[in-house]
Amino acid sequence: MLRASGLTKYFRKKRAVGPVSFEIEQGQTVGFLGLNGVGKTTLLRLIACDLRPSAGSLMVRDIDGVRDPHRLRRLVGFLPQRPPLYEEMTVGDYLQFAGRIRGMDETQLRDRLPMVEEITNITHKHGEIIRHLSHGYRQRVGMAQAVLHDPDLLILDEPTHGLDPAQIVEIRAVIRGLKEHHTVLISSHNLPEISQTCDQILVLDAGEIIAAGTEEDLAGNLLKGQHVEVSVLPRSANGAGDVSSVTDLLRQIPGVTKVQSEGTANGALVFVVEAKEDRAADVCRVLVQGGWGVVRLEPSQRKLESVFLELVQGRS
Amino acid sequence: MRAVRVIFRRELGAYLTSTMGYVVAAVMLLLDGLLFYGQALGPAAGERLSTDVLTRFFFTTSGLVAIAAVVLSTRLLAEERQLETLVLLNTSPVKDTQIVVGKFLSALAFLTVITSLTVYMPLMIMVNGKVSFGQVGVGYLGLVLLGSAVIAIGVFASSLTRHPLLAAFLGAAFVGIMFLFWPLGLVIPYPLSVVFQGLAIHGRHFTGFEVGVLQLKDVVYYLAVTYFFLLMATKAMEAKRWE
Repeated sequence: MLRASGLTKYFRKKRAVGPVSFEIEQGQTVGFLGLNGVGKTTLLRLIACDLRPSAGSLMVRDIDGVRDPHRLRRLVGFLPQRPPLYEEMTVGDYLQFAGRIRGMDETQLRDRLPMVEEITNITHKHGEIIRHLSHGYRQRVGMAQAVLHDPDLLILDEPTHGLDPAQIVEIRAVIRGLKEHHTVLISSHNLPEISQTCDQILVLDAGEIIAAGTEEDLAGNLLKGQHVEVSVLPRSANGAGDVSSVTDLLRQIPGVTKVQSEGTANGALVFVVEAKEDRAADVCRVLVQGGWGVVRLEPSQRKLESVFLELVQGRS
Repeated sequence: MRAVRVIFRRELGAYLTSTMGYVVAAVMLLLDGLLFYGQALGPAAGERLSTDVLTRFFFTTSGLVAIAAVVLSTRLLAEERQLETLVLLNTSPVKDTQIVVGKFLSALAFLTVITSLTVYMPLMIMVNGKVSFGQVGVGYLGLVLLGSAVIAIGVFASSLTRHPLLAAFLGAAFVGIMFLFWPLGLVIPYPLSVVFQGLAIHGRHFTGFEVGVLQLKDVVYYLAVTYFFLLMATKAMEAKRWE
């Protein structure tokens, strides 16, 4: 659906992005992961045709984004890091303006606006002045303007930036709902956000894509194995000796290459077990047979974090 | 055309709901009223022909229109850049020309409304003296054309920066220089004097409107200045995407 080839952007003599090349399939949710200042926003602005590239090509469907950005913009909905809101307008007026400016007629607006307000949960804010809204609601209004015209490609730049934990959960739920109907590009430096919402990940560093694939692909290639996080109840009050006992027990499992203690959480000892293939069942069996109380066992949440650090530290 | 209309309506709505729009209107009308009182009604006014009073009125009002036009126009693009709302327009299927023209027309419409509110002063002259509707009409056409040219210059200044204050300063400087062309043209030698006087935004080109003489060359001049600076603003917008 989207194909970028040698896409490059210079700001005066400074290279901000590129050359980057990648392809994105229809219906995918793709995360652009990278530290602050590595060029994520610039790359998204290039795809949204807000900026023109210094070199390279960008094709979305059969539209050449470099030669005909005007046509490409019809297919794109863009939510920048700071939502582009006219604060003196009401939510309803603003969304109508956003729809009209993207070529929607009055009938389309009448049909689509209530639906989008419902999806983004801002129906009850329709008549409120944007200036009076909380940060979370402003973000939702920003998201509503991006999806109002039902774009094929939805671009979200740091959609949970500056939100509190409750708002982050709500916005992620909205994004999950949008994934069903749009190809979504999300930029973030927030690893759980990318991990929980994206099918594909592009890791950026210094304006270049340094890795691409699913989280499992990246972990498989870079971390050389599967990671399981397990929490075990300690036997002694201070846990003395328990860490080494559990570590020794887990190391005996065939295929396990590394066992690492991650400290304690909620009174339980936490370990990350690295193996060539999935050994979650063996980990559980060995611990239970050894008389240890297993309170949690799941794929490591820190897998993407490890991949990311491996990639970035490897380059530096 | 539809995009221009949509942008025009939003911008005009912003003027009508913002404090700034009303402050500009109030200050301009107050100053114009005070100046008119001083020139036509006050104790120092003396006896004058009605047509001279009307000419004087259009002269002073033109200065105020130019100042109001700078204030109204220089925020149009710079403020949107500063508040990062321009990205909505920049990522919509709208051409830079349409953005520039929509914003320009909204400022011109608002300025025209403010300017038309001064019409009670020429009407007072008509009641108490002898002036023709033609002179009044041509005078107002001149004010609108001057306002149009100054707004276009202001939009261009606004397209150059993301800081509204700097844009206002640049706009005022550009307009000031074009005003100064007239007195400069009077003191520098031929043939430069002809060029400067011909380019001056006031003076030669506005004098006809003040006295009720409509000349095509003056109308063409103001339309050309408007077109030129709107074109420059569009090019500056396009260049910002490439830089």
